[in-house]
Parts: sequence; C-alpha cells; structure tokens
Amino acid sequence: MADKKEKATKQATKKDEKQKATLPPSGFKVAMREILRSKSALTALIIIIVILLFTFGGSLFLNRAQVTEMNIADSYYGWGEAGHLLGTDDGGRDILKLLIMGGRNSIMIGISVTVITEIVGLVVGLVSGYFGGAIDSVIMRIVDFIQILPQMPIIIVLTTVIPNYNAVTLVFLIAMFGWTTTARYFRSFVLSQRGRDYVLASKTSGSSNLQIMFREVLPNITSMIIIDVVLTIAGNIGIETSLSFLGYGLPSTTPSLGTLIGFANDPVNVINRPWLWLPATILLLVISLSINYVGQALQRAGDARQREN
Amino acid sequence: MWKTILRRLLIMIPQLIILSLLVFLLAKMMPGDPFSGSINPNTDPKQIEALRRAAGLYDPWYVQYFRWVGNLFHGDLGTSYIQHVPVTSLIADRASNTFWLSLLTTILTYSIAIPLGITSGRHQDQWQDTSVRIFNYITLATPGFVFYILGLWLFGFTLGWFPISGSVSASASGFWGVLGSRIYHMILPAILYALITTTGTVQYLRTGIVDNKVEDYVRTARSKGVPENIVFHKHILRNSLLPIAAFLGNTITGLLSGSMIIESVFSYPGMGKLFLDSIGQRDYTTLTALILIFGILTLIGNLLSDIIMSIIDPRIRIQ
Repeated sequence: MADKKEKATKQATKKDEKQKATLPPSGFKVAMREILRSKSALTALIIIIVILLFTFGGSLFLNRAQVTEMNIADSYYGWGEAGHLLGTDDGGRDILKLLIMGGRNSIMIGISVTVITEIVGLVVGLVSGYFGGAIDSVIMRIVDFIQILPQMPIIIVLTTVIPNYNAVTLVFLIAMFGWTTTARYFRSFVLSQRGRDYVLASKTSGSSNLQIMFREVLPNITSMIIIDVVLTIAGNIGIETSLSFLGYGLPSTTPSLGTLIGFANDPVNVINRPWLWLPATILLLVISLSINYVGQALQRAGDARQREN
Repeated sequence: MWKTILRRLLIMIPQLIILSLLVFLLAKMMPGDPFSGSINPNTDPKQIEALRRAAGLYDPWYVQYFRWVGNLFHGDLGTSYIQHVPVTSLIADRASNTFWLSLLTTILTYSIAIPLGITSGRHQDQWQDTSVRIFNYITLATPGFVFYILGLWLFGFTLGWFPISGSVSASASGFWGVLGSRIYHMILPAILYALITTTGTVQYLRTGIVDNKVEDYVRTARSKGVPENIVFHKHILRNSLLPIAAFLGNTITGLLSGSMIIESVFSYPGMGKLFLDSIGQRDYTTLTALILIFGILTLIGNLLSDIIMSIIDPRIRIQ
C-alpha cells in the first residue's frame, strides 16, 4: 500500500536527518525552508530585516551623547517642524533619532536576555529531562518556585535597590526569571527522548551522559530551539519595553521604545503630541507582530513534522 | 481526592516559607527604616539610634524575621515610612478596586474566549477558524501596554466613549449612581485586558475540540446514531471545557500580576498602581507587603487550579 511506501521514505528521511543531525545548522536550514515556503512568513521576515537595518544601521550614524543631549529651546516641535521629521520631545531631542536608538536598544536587550535564558534553560532542561528522578524533582521544584514569584514587582524593586544599575543589570534581572519557561519547555521534550532507541543504543555502546545529551539529544531539538528563540525574543522585548514604559527598565539616559511610549502616560501628550509616542508604539507593534508571525509559522511547521513521525 | 488536595496543600508550606524568606531578604536590601522619614536637622542622632535599637533593628536577622512573620499572622504588615499609616489600611482600599476589575475582566475573558474557541474548533480550517486565529495571533503578539494605550487613545481620548482615568467619578451619588460610575470606569480597561487574556483559553479550547473530534468515543457516539448537535455539545465540548475550568486559577493569578500595567495606563487606583506609586515614593514597607501579597495570591491561584483539575480529571488523582 501507499502507506508502506510512505513509511519507507519516511525512514529514509529520518536516516538522513540523523546523519545531518550532527551538524547544528541543519535545524536552521529547515527553519529557513519553512519560512521561504510561506509568503506571509517571508513578508514578516523581510519586515524584521528592514527594521533591523533601520535601527542597527541607523544607530551607526548616531552618537548617543548627541542624541540624548537636552536642548530646551527645541522642545516639542511637531511632525516635520524645523527639520525634525518626527518632531522633538520635552528636552528638544529628535524623536526619529531616539526611535532608531531606542529600537536598537530594545531589540538588543531582547536578544541578550534570550541568549542567556536559552543557554541556561537548555542546559537545565537537558539535565533535568535526561537524568530524571531526584535531580529532576529538585530542579523542577526550583523552577516551580521561581515561576510563582511576582516577576515584575521584584524586578522593579531590584532596579531601584541595586547600585550602579545599568542595561546589563536589567538583562540579568529579566533573565533571572526567564530561563524557567525555557527549561520547562525543553525538559518535557527531553523526557520523551530519553527512552528512545537511539539514546539507549548510544548508552549501550558506551557514550558518556554528556555526549548523549549534547551530541545526540541536542541536535534533535534544534528546530525547537529556533522556535523558542524567536518567540522568546519577542516576549523579552515586550518585558523590557513594559518595564521602561513604567519607568523602571532602561536607565533614563538610554533610549528605549518603552520610554518613548511612556510619554503616553501624560494625557496632554496623548491628545496633543502624538508624535512623541505613536511612532514608537507602531514600531513596537510591528516588531512584535512580525517576530511572532515568523515564530508561529515555524511552530506550525515543527508541529506538522512531529505529527508525521 | 482529599488526599491529593491535602498533599497539594502540604507542598505549599515550604513554598510559603521560602517566599516569606525571600521577601524578607528583599525588604532588608531596601534602604531606610521607619525612622529615617522622621529625621530632620533638629533630631538627635542618638535618639534615633535608641529608637532603632528599641524597635529591634539591630537584632540578628532570624529574630527580625520571626518577629516579622509573627506580625504577619496578626495582620500587621508594618507602617508606611512615607504616609505614616498602617500598610494594611493602604492596601485594603486598593485591593477592592483591583478585585472588582479582575472579576469583571475574568467574566469578560471567558465570555469572549469560549464562543471564539468553540467557533474556531468547530469550523476547523474554515473562514471562521481563520479569523479567530488571526484575532488570537494579534492578541498574543501585541504587548499588553501597547494594546491598552491604543485602546485608551482611540476610545477614551479620540472618541470619548469612556473615562480615561480613575475608578469612580466624584459627582456620582447613591448606590446605583456609584455602582454605575464604577462599572463605567472599569469597562474599557476590563475589555482591553480581557481581549489580551483570551489567547490561552481560545487556543486550548480550539485544540481540545480539534483533538477530541477524532477520538474513539466520538466515533462510537456517531456510529450509534447520536445526532451531530448532541455529539458536539455533550461529548466533544464537555471534554474540551475541562482544561479551561482548571485554568481559572491561573487566569486570576495572571490578571493580578498584569494589574500593574493596566492600572498604570488607566490611572486606576488598584494594588498595581499602589505598587508603582510606592516605588516612586520609595515606600519600602508597602512594597514589601505588596510583593508578599502578590506572591501569596499566585500560590493560591495555582493551588486553585490544581484542585479544580484533580476534581474534574480523575487521572491526576491517581498519580
């Protein structure tokens, strides 16, 4: 029957995947193929690239000290007035420049936090899921506990208490809570892998636990890692901008999308000076929507493959 | 079932202890003490020192910790350094506002999410499903505060349909007048907040229905000749709603933790706003108390979810 044939080809592809699995980029290639296949996901990806070029590329031409320099005489120019395309804020700073730098900072923070949480979460998830038993229960109790903590209030208090508070501190503060979700996500998957034939076979042939975890189980979850990275970056940008919006994220000397949107905390700005907060709001919205779109497209692709197997 | 609940309650005890230790540690990290607010050039530093000693601020940390916990059991959360009133009374005023906003949001969340989830699951891969999924993607991807600000700008400022801040208007009088004014103030934040919160419920309900549709018991019911409507409502839907019920606890917890942002955008005088005001004034006693309350409420929310789950899903009980 056709079923059998399908099974055979599937086994063949599985074999291929296994052979390729030792090369980490394979997951990335699969991800790219999935994105290129869907027109809307490709559009979202192009939007992301354009925004990255706009913010990171634009920042190359800007000097932070100059951008954040106050000049009261220029305050509150409207759209396009006096050569300021998006106007100026209360300190006479050019909103467009703040937007470029703020966008870059917010994205950078999102990426930095994600790098930390993914590495910590991945290692913890691998160890917890692979060994199981007592190690797993201890780790999971810790994860459970961190997850019940009121994250936002604690971060906000710490930002005011920690001496020499800066962007790096903020990254670590957000990461301190963020790794738990990632760890839990990978743990459940590794848990389902530990009894698989390839793991047992490797064990019988004398591979060490570390080898099995990182050289055999890890490559099998590369596509999951990519999905998680994409969605987590979006989530972390959301956390940083929320904190900055409330006034407790990035220090006031470092522009952030959240700080710009924070101008909307003042009703006068909401009605009379939309140029202060509207561009940042729209930029953040577009960033979040497009990153999440790519993430979800990858997720759907990943899901479908898992169902097939 | 009682065994499960009891065991679950026992797990909570160490969690509570660690939480209280952590909050205590956080409180110790915060600068200032009840007397630093009353220092002025005329006060004698020695006198302040004596007061501090009398209040036990130089005792070993464990003595201070147990005193603090003992006070908690008496409902004493300390005195605000800034406002010089008991923190309990400060919080009590705001807690009811947050409670009502959360309640309204919860009701709206479920009354929006359940019909959407059902439509999406029932008409899988048809246009209804696609539109619900687009909606769900937008609410999932948009950061809450962006959504609130755009909503406030559009419906509050531009169209002027709803009030833009506060919890009740000063001119409202009489029971119904006050109630009406309260609801009028809550409705826009509650709707926006509910829309953001629906994501999980819609997704779970849709997945539940789609998964249950192909289960054996559904096929059995169909082959017995049970009408399609009954198959859907009595068999598929009931089973798919179970996990949603269990989420109730988590939803409420989530609402409380998000209350800070919604209350800030709408200047709604609840606990989240109190937290932000207190941090602005560096009122650390109030902050400590609020973090403890947020933590305990989260614990209770999780407990509630687990208990509901163990009641409706016998498989959990056996484990």
